[in-house]
Amino acid sequence: MNDLFNSFMNGPDEKGRFGDFGGRFVSETLMPLILELEEQYEHAKTDQSFWDEMNFLWKHYVGRPSPLYFAERLTERLGGAKVYFKRDELNHTGAHKINNVLGQIILARRMGKSRIIAETGAGQHGVATATVCAKFGLKCVVYMGAHDVKRQAPNVFRMRLLGAEVIPVTSGRGTLKDAMNDALRDWVTNVRDTFYCIGTVAGPHPYPAMVRDFQSIIGKEAKEQIMEAEGRLPDTLIAAIGGGSNAMGLFYPFLDDKDVGIIGVEAGGKGVDDKMEHCASLTGGRPGVLHGNRTYLLQDDDGQILEGYSISAGLDYPGIGPEHSWLHDTGRAQYVSITDAEALQAFTLSCETEGIIPALEPCHALAHVAKIAPELPADHLIIMNMCGRGDKDIYTVAKHLGFDMGDTEGR
Amino acid sequence: MSRIDTTFAALKQQGRKAFVAYIMAGDPDFERSSEILAGLPEAGVDIIELGLPFTDPMADGTVIQRAGQRALEAGQTLQRTLDMVRTFRQTNTTTPIVLMGYYNPIYSRGVETFLRDATDAGIDGLIIVDLPPEEDEELCIPAQNAGLNFIRLATPTTDDKRLPKVLQNTSGFVYYVSITGITGAAAAEATDVGPEVARIKAKTDLPVIVGFGIRTPEAAEKIASVSDGCVVGSAIVAEIAEGKPASEVLAFVRSLSDGAHRA
Repeated sequence: MNDLFNSFMNGPDEKGRFGDFGGRFVSETLMPLILELEEQYEHAKTDQSFWDEMNFLWKHYVGRPSPLYFAERLTERLGGAKVYFKRDELNHTGAHKINNVLGQIILARRMGKSRIIAETGAGQHGVATATVCAKFGLKCVVYMGAHDVKRQAPNVFRMRLLGAEVIPVTSGRGTLKDAMNDALRDWVTNVRDTFYCIGTVAGPHPYPAMVRDFQSIIGKEAKEQIMEAEGRLPDTLIAAIGGGSNAMGLFYPFLDDKDVGIIGVEAGGKGVDDKMEHCASLTGGRPGVLHGNRTYLLQDDDGQILEGYSISAGLDYPGIGPEHSWLHDTGRAQYVSITDAEALQAFTLSCETEGIIPALEPCHALAHVAKIAPELPADHLIIMNMCGRGDKDIYTVAKHLGFDMGDTEGR
Repeated sequence: MSRIDTTFAALKQQGRKAFVAYIMAGDPDFERSSEILAGLPEAGVDIIELGLPFTDPMADGTVIQRAGQRALEAGQTLQRTLDMVRTFRQTNTTTPIVLMGYYNPIYSRGVETFLRDATDAGIDGLIIVDLPPEEDEELCIPAQNAGLNFIRLATPTTDDKRLPKVLQNTSGFVYYVSITGITGAAAAEATDVGPEVARIKAKTDLPVIVGFGIRTPEAAEKIASVSDGCVVGSAIVAEIAEGKPASEVLAFVRSLSDGAHRA
């Protein structure tokens, strides 16, 4: 039994706050919807039939549980800690995103909503949303920054095949944050029939908690699997962070296991310095209010939001989930950053040693594993979340590795 | 009594409806924006809404988004917006100015510092789109304590159960958003707006001003006739976007205020 007073798992409070972070910073038009969503989610959370439906689909549609895999040759190569991958890249649609989408769409159906909107960066959340909407016959509209539409063309095609309408967003600078702005503008206009399926642990309460709860299946499984494999808990958890949903999913079930070290890896882009060509909100930002919550943000002295930069479209967001901000400030989790160049090295490392082509997002986590594992003893257990597969990124990587892919114009 | 209260008391005495005009501070640049601002009272504007530029205006349509971008690219900052108001107040001490925008630039400056500077500059009220009553402790209550009006938005989704919560810490006036949507979107019909205004007025003594989607003198007149006044924003900002000189923009504003004042 956890000590409730010292637990890290009690958040958020009734105002949707994790310490000072989180909250419900939305316009009045959306407020009644947010409150209704909270009520419906609270109800669903304790409704066994809701979880029965989730568990059935997680198993038969997504392919859960995902394996916890001992990366033996990688471990040998690094010559230190024993490294396990949580293989969420094996999920249907190729990433962890679908864990959460299923939950939100089942909830949307219960609420009688017929139209689903989503924002997407790399396209993984958009693909997952389009997929589940196709499965249930729901109308799906995905907002995607015009810049991301170009660099993630295969995912745009996937979404269209799945029957979704993909709307390239040209407002602002046409990246993930602008896609989120336009999704919010759509929602405020179509409040009555539309459900906004947010892809990460950010946004107004209850989204950060709800998405975390749906993604926590990752950590729950990992906990059981490591107990089975090693008979004890891991020493360190490592996951990449854009908004932070795969990380929160892995971390959450371990928050009160005080001996388990937790490390979140932000996208350092071209380096975390005053040129701000990165997406490291925690290491390079400060608290502010955007997209419905208070959290660490990349912003200038006047409170204007800055564009992040990363080789990985999935990490290219100037904010981070509020619970991460809180875990950062309380010191329960440690946050570091990895550059584009380091992530690319990790990409090759995973391909060569494990036969796994990883998405660029978890390459950031893997790069940090590669940094620390050699210095750790052989009995130190690391679980890294391999949260997505790299099919979508091969064009980007080919370009950086100087490999001619032929007709890749427009990518 | 605040400058806003005084304005509404005077309008009531004259049997006139309020005309509220919105411009984005610093759009297209500091000088031209200041020139337009200075001319608004003469063009029949009873209350000025001055937009605070923000990179991520989630409740605004493309017209206001672009205005904010133009202002930011021209170097507008919160400090320069306060400077604009300070200059305006040197020649005008009666027309209320309400800052309208998003919370982060204010939060970034620090609430206490901002409120001190805003009252010093001669600002009368705030409309902060992303601060619903659930977040009143952030800025609404400190602002009222500092003597500023905090004007709340009520919307078609604000049902009777929720309305008292929205009205509770509102002062100055209530801004009724006539549609579910963003600024510059399609207009609401006066026949739909009238009953909604009456619904709100049954619960408050504050004036109810209607905005969103009003772009012509005729629409201003119609909407003002079923409320205590109306706001026009995007239609004015669109004139500025076309690069028209201040005199032409202000002539358009005059036609709108005449419309509202006919009601």
